[in-house]
Amino acid sequence: MLNIIKNLDHKTLTIALEGRLDTTTAPQLETELKSDVADVTLLIMDFEKLDYISSAGLRVLLSAQKVMNKQGTMKIIHVSDAINDIFEVTGFSDILNIE
Amino acid sequence: MKEITLDAKLGNLDEVLAFVDSRLEELECPVKAQMQIDVAVEEIFVNIASYAYEGQPGSATIRMEIRQNPKSAEITFLDRGIPYNPVEKEDPDVSLPIEKRRIGGLGIYMVKKSMDEMLYERRDGYNILTIIKKIS
Repeated sequence: MLNIIKNLDHKTLTIALEGRLDTTTAPQLETELKSDVADVTLLIMDFEKLDYISSAGLRVLLSAQKVMNKQGTMKIIHVSDAINDIFEVTGFSDILNIE
Repeated sequence: MKEITLDAKLGNLDEVLAFVDSRLEELECPVKAQMQIDVAVEEIFVNIASYAYEGQPGSATIRMEIRQNPKSAEITFLDRGIPYNPVEKEDPDVSLPIEKRRIGGLGIYMVKKSMDEMLYERRDGYNILTIIKKIS
């Protein structure tokens, strides 16, 4: 299960994720991003309450990062050690802004 | 040893993970190792559900054995789909810049990197894939 909590403030969109970003739930995030990211120049993804990510979730992050590279900045905050390990193994720590 | 057999379809992923997690609880598995095992199970089951039967219905069996002293989990996936050996799959280049990055192959690569062993055999018409994770 995944909860997606969005907060749009001018051109900054903050998306807090709660739960699991997996094969079942990744399409939800993809849909939300597509509908809301058009005029955003700063996209902040808050992973404080994200418990889990699989390659389906990485796929959505990669396409979001590609979109934001064209129109602004994306950063990911509050990444847990376990999720950070996945970013390290897959080389995602080199292509994402993780704070 | 315990096992479940179910239809090889994406909608059954949660049931597969619930089966695996319930056994990991018996091992008092740390959060990080549990996540690595869940990711591995998800990637392998999703592969079977997406490709093994080429759009036709089929089943998958997941067997799980846990050991104490030292702690480890051994999980075996069986399907009767087209022969597919993920162990031989070439690793993706994880050093490429973002414009050249592709997600294909990343799931199995994550499995290889996070598990202690990954073994494949084709026997009696079955794909048999086993992963082993030591739990410290």
